[in-house]
Amino acid sequence: MPPIIHKENCVGCMNCAQICPMDCFGVQKKGSRVPEIRFPDECWHCNACVLECPAKAITLRVPLPSMMVFMEVPK
Amino acid sequence: MEVNKPLECDVLVAGGGSAGMMAAIAAADAGARTIIAEKANTRRSGNGATGNDHFQCYIPEVHGSEGAWLKLLALSQEARGGRDKDISAGFMRESMGVVLDWEQWGIPMRPHGGWEFTGHCKPGQQGIHLKYEGVNQKPTLTKTALKRGVKILNRHPLSELICDETGAVCGAILVDLTEDTPKLQVVRAKAVVIATAGVSRISGETTMGWMFNAAGCPASTATGRIAAYKAGARLVNVDNILSGGADFKFFHRGGKATWVGVYSDLEGKPLGSVVQKPDWRYGDYTADLWQGMFAAQYEAGNPVFMNCSQGTEEDLAYMKWALVHEGNSATLQHLKDEGFDFRTHMVEYGYSPGGGPSPFGNGIDIEGSGATTVPGLFAAGQVTGNGIGGVGAAATQGRISGRSAAAYAQQTEIKPAEERPVVAETLERYTRLLANEVSTATPTWQEANIAIMQTNWSYMGGKVRSERMLQVGLSHLRRIMGKLEQLHCENSHDFMHCLEVQDIAAQSEICYLAALSRKESRGMVKSADYPWTDPAMDGKLLTIQLQDGQSVTGARPRRM
Repeated sequence: MPPIIHKENCVGCMNCAQICPMDCFGVQKKGSRVPEIRFPDECWHCNACVLECPAKAITLRVPLPSMMVFMEVPK
Repeated sequence: MEVNKPLECDVLVAGGGSAGMMAAIAAADAGARTIIAEKANTRRSGNGATGNDHFQCYIPEVHGSEGAWLKLLALSQEARGGRDKDISAGFMRESMGVVLDWEQWGIPMRPHGGWEFTGHCKPGQQGIHLKYEGVNQKPTLTKTALKRGVKILNRHPLSELICDETGAVCGAILVDLTEDTPKLQVVRAKAVVIATAGVSRISGETTMGWMFNAAGCPASTATGRIAAYKAGARLVNVDNILSGGADFKFFHRGGKATWVGVYSDLEGKPLGSVVQKPDWRYGDYTADLWQGMFAAQYEAGNPVFMNCSQGTEEDLAYMKWALVHEGNSATLQHLKDEGFDFRTHMVEYGYSPGGGPSPFGNGIDIEGSGATTVPGLFAAGQVTGNGIGGVGAAATQGRISGRSAAAYAQQTEIKPAEERPVVAETLERYTRLLANEVSTATPTWQEANIAIMQTNWSYMGGKVRSERMLQVGLSHLRRIMGKLEQLHCENSHDFMHCLEVQDIAAQSEICYLAALSRKESRGMVKSADYPWTDPAMDGKLLTIQLQDGQSVTGARPRRM
């Protein structure tokens, strides 16, 4: 699921919206400062937006159906 | 629907992933005016959007003779299915040149100094997968293409090919998605290279309703191969859409072969016999060798884990470095957020029962030059059915196909592609789709996509196929296809998805037709009607092609 944009850090460069390979952001309204994530369910978790953000203002939240399953290694 | 003024070029490349970027760069280097039509943005698109860590190649000083390397290729997962000799030979001849160019363009191919072949091999075996730093490969390839004057049309996916009266390709129809209302864009081109990768979202994933949780790029939706098929191109082995079965249990961004650990049971004991302890040079090759392992363990009631806990600090550091370059930095972050500790935890791998398309070995039939059976149409990368898999092969075949397309273009003239009947027909079809009422009275693309996935998963995926199952699946699929003209969309983004779903459905239909024509069991495809592997099909590729509007199946021998 969705990238989370931390508004206080976002510089409004729109790089994330331009490069998202899934177009999760869609076409952005002219003049908006922080990108709108219009199609959050379509995130591929490729991390492109996180890697490209010049202000490190983006994190990803992995949706519950996709959580990794892990167990402790027995001692 | 609004129509843009036609554009013109010598070589049009559809798809700007690793294969498409290399095709465009090669075409431009050969003097061709080149356009890339890309669905997303070439800086971060395709299967290698945020990286790859393994580049298959032949480096003579490491591998020795060509004969020795071909033997190593035959042992690798890239050689599954029918491989034509001319394609293997082209890959062998040119892969090192691509590696050296990538290095020169700024992609670290020897990040630790020398040639490092690790992973995807047994202990003691020489690997053919070069370990490299791919995280920024796409921005670098984009910069390289722009420097050569390649015109990149981002958010302009391919929709249809345009052929002239002789059947040769003379252009393509793209959809301009740069604004919230889609527009039609015709490109007149002397030659077209299709590099639109494979097909995701076609069959069951473990999280089927969560369609973008896919190992392969979810934006790859069979568009290029369906466009090629409609233009008359021959496809091969399209019945082969079963996955190898290995993936992480639920999260499909694992970078499976990048992990340095041991497949273990819940007690932490090794399940395979290939490695007993993590080793950064090899990983655990068991799943490459024994694709049925997950199914077998699952049926025995055993969850399978990747256990890295016995690795050295060096093993773990190497794996984490490589996962970033394989495009899995989000995976590492997710594990960290959840409190996963590589020293005390192990992560579950899953058996996806017939889910997910096979990454290798089904799609457009090409010659070594990249030419398809349609004049002026070339292909490269995962979209090809007889190419070799992986980024190294995609990049190398991309270069070869781009160069061939440029040479073909020199012998050809520009034609007024926008005047061909397919353009008016497509415009009419799209205009109708855009006019569908946006309400609960009409289906969404998501509904249609999930309906197709569950149909394929139930009747074509699974562990066993039979003609009865395939007949029911095909009949139900066709009923769904009858509803696809009613899909509604509110914006260009959803319009793109409506077209994708139509392509996924068309791909599914020919998968059923091809599967019905295969009268044997082969590899992961087990037929209840034909439990044997037919020796008459050894060394042959199953073909399907449109002839006079009819799907015709057959077989052709592998080129030896």
